[in-house]
Amino acid sequence: MACFLVPMGEAIVTSVIQRSVEKKEKKSGEGNAGQTGLRWSHKLSWLNKMLWGGVILLALEHVWHGEVTPWPPFLTAMKNPADVAPMLHEMATVGTAMAVTVTAVWALMVIAVELMIRGIHNAKIRIVEEVE
Amino acid sequence: MWLIMTSLAAIITTAIWYINAPNDKYKLGLLSLIFWGATIMWFVDAVMAHLIDGEDFFEITPDAALLGLAVIILALTVWEIALLLSDPKKIFKNTPGQFQKS
Repeated sequence: MACFLVPMGEAIVTSVIQRSVEKKEKKSGEGNAGQTGLRWSHKLSWLNKMLWGGVILLALEHVWHGEVTPWPPFLTAMKNPADVAPMLHEMATVGTAMAVTVTAVWALMVIAVELMIRGIHNAKIRIVEEVE
Repeated sequence: MWLIMTSLAAIITTAIWYINAPNDKYKLGLLSLIFWGATIMWFVDAVMAHLIDGEDFFEITPDAALLGLAVIILALTVWEIALLLSDPKKIFKNTPGQFQKS
């Protein structure tokens, strides 16, 4: 019905956060890149790309199924008052689950990248210590 | 059906991105993240519809296949617009005169 509106709301918020983090990183020079050398604004861009990409493609699916129209009230469910409650229920359950799952996958991606590069970094230090 | 097609597109674009990594001149990372975002969202939608309403996990109909194709075309269009706007080969920035001649 309108489940994609929840990830869209999250995407708007995370896009604003990414811009603000980018500005802070530019002000402070290198920014907080951590051991991986990846800035937080770069890591947040992965989340934004997944959220906006998903939202755009899901919006097409909703238009295809006649659940979203290009004219007011835009959401077909809004035409009938009886459909509003199920729509809000779907947004609260399916929409929230979508947003949480995408964010969880992104968090796992960030953790995996940090651990992998930290492992490579530690291995390099060990080799240098052995040579010395 | 569109879930299967989007998943396949995500796997293929990620493989192509990895082959070229760390070079991502043509923004294949963006394309794969677009496909992965949609795949995760549709997967969650399919799981919840299956658990709550008992719907079929995959909708395999010609209409669903056509929607899958439309979704892939839209994702490729978004990626191509982003690619042309960033112009990594500097085609539009360095050679504006050539377009005027032709």
